[in-house]
Amino acid sequence: MNLIAKRYSVLPGFGLSLGYALFWLGLIVLLPFAALALTASTLGWTAFIEQVSAPRVLASLQLSFGAALIAAAVNALMGFLVAWVLVRYTFPGKRFVDALIDLPFALPTAVAGIALTTIYAPNGWLGRYLEPLGVKVAFTPLGIVVALIFVSLPFVVRTVQPVLEDLEKELEEAATCLGADRWQIFRRVIFPAVLPALLTGSAMAFARATGEFGSVIFIAGNIPLVSEIAPLIIISKLEQFDVAGATAVAVVMLALSFFVLFLINLLQWWTARRHGMK
Amino acid sequence: MKKLAVRTLAAVLLSVPALPALADVTLLNVSYDVMRDFYKDYNPAFQKHWKGKTGEAVTIQQSHGGSSKQAMSVVGGLQGDVITMNQAPDINILAERGALVPKDWSKRLANDSVPFTSSTVFLVRKGNPKGIRDWKDLAKPGVQVIVPNPKTSGNGRYSYLAAYGWALKQPGGNDASARAFVGKLFGNAPVLDTGGRAATTTFMQRQIGDVLITFENEAEMVAREFGRGTFEVVYPSLTVSAENPVAVVDKVVDKKGTRKQAEAYLAYLWSPEGQTIAAQNYLRPQDKQVAAKFSAQFPPIKAFRVVDVFGSWDKVMKTHFADGGVFDQIYLKK
Repeated sequence: MNLIAKRYSVLPGFGLSLGYALFWLGLIVLLPFAALALTASTLGWTAFIEQVSAPRVLASLQLSFGAALIAAAVNALMGFLVAWVLVRYTFPGKRFVDALIDLPFALPTAVAGIALTTIYAPNGWLGRYLEPLGVKVAFTPLGIVVALIFVSLPFVVRTVQPVLEDLEKELEEAATCLGADRWQIFRRVIFPAVLPALLTGSAMAFARATGEFGSVIFIAGNIPLVSEIAPLIIISKLEQFDVAGATAVAVVMLALSFFVLFLINLLQWWTARRHGMK
Repeated sequence: MKKLAVRTLAAVLLSVPALPALADVTLLNVSYDVMRDFYKDYNPAFQKHWKGKTGEAVTIQQSHGGSSKQAMSVVGGLQGDVITMNQAPDINILAERGALVPKDWSKRLANDSVPFTSSTVFLVRKGNPKGIRDWKDLAKPGVQVIVPNPKTSGNGRYSYLAAYGWALKQPGGNDASARAFVGKLFGNAPVLDTGGRAATTTFMQRQIGDVLITFENEAEMVAREFGRGTFEVVYPSLTVSAENPVAVVDKVVDKKGTRKQAEAYLAYLWSPEGQTIAAQNYLRPQDKQVAAKFSAQFPPIKAFRVVDVFGSWDKVMKTHFADGGVFDQIYLKK
């Protein structure tokens, strides 16, 4: 322990700063979680199971997590592409496009929801052309996915971008000299380097998407068993002053999120080790 | 820089004793979303009345939000002197949790503490192309009904209860037939917005649906916002009276010493002035004389009270809107 403290002496007082860090995390992160668990525990085990296994709750959890996974997957692909274009090419208005990426972060989500609904509603800008083709976006689960893709895009782009920027050109040049073709360079050199960041970004996008409420609620339609997201179930329980029931659903959401994030971390660790050994 | 800081500090210190003299009493009115317009007109009227009567200046602050959320905030410690909601359960909760008001709070003012009401009505597109006249038309196949979610919205709850109550009162009507009817009606709803305003947006802005079920006073807002030529109001043969109960929050006013002002603030709602402001905001006044003066904008309707048809609000919430209740079963049956 002492050794580590001496080596990283930029911030003096390892013990003190560690103490502060843990205290801060406890206050900001763990305390609310403890309150959540405490409130849910007032229900008792049978009531808890009953609350979270109701058909409406199950359907909403399935929808929320399914839509979040699809959104994260789409963003992993498209976000990577966007990051690639922004790093590797110069074109007029690049800085402007770069700034655009952060907009979903800054926009109040309710505004995003209303904007998306205006576009995709059957009489909206895009909706009116999609409707005759039989594609309904607003007020269906598809609309939920669209909203989630929108709010979680910046996570992937912003985590992949710096890694791509730091990637040394020499590596690719060396690969070319050694006779690798473009696809091989991408697959063997670039992709492994970017993969951990891509996974982190996708994990954050997924986490953000599961809990999203404001932007989804206007475009979802909120029909029970069809397009009701889990956060809406929580809100409607709160409307009935059922705080314990609401926290029960929240606890299940947290547990599921934690499980998925843990899997992604495991995957990340595994890929890092595999490529580290090569 | 230092001089400035000292001066600022001195100024702040000097002004502190002067503050209470500026505003004698401050009342916080915790209300729900769409009451904003009404209290914007009502508060200055009360302030003038109170100043004339006692010489005391009252500052009134407003807090608006979803009604149940607002009630929960007061339970959680928001120092509201008075609470003005759109259904009794949102005040009952103050009696149940923390005993902020006595259980019989509604008996303390006239009309069960309801100064004005609204009613659930239909909005249809200009010319009424689907020929919607009454509740039965809403359950017909091919009619799209826009209604807010009863789980999250007081407006939606009143709409549901109005439909259920109408079905009960039909010849041969009973609970089974009423359930079947509301089931068909909500089966015609392509969207369940979380609040009344959101449902209005879906109907007017997105042009979705053939009919919007909402409060009479909301219909007036739509007229101001979108123009009178864009829709028609249809009054069903029987509807529900949407009551807006008010109460003084005893625990808060006793602590703050504002009981006198808070009680006067609510009592003034029943004065001819208060009732007139309500009528101007398209809320049906309890005062018969004021109602007569505004009879042109309030066509006679047959409306029942929720407590008369369903017993108590407590029972309504448990039977119909609790998880697994009648409303949930509509969707689970499919």
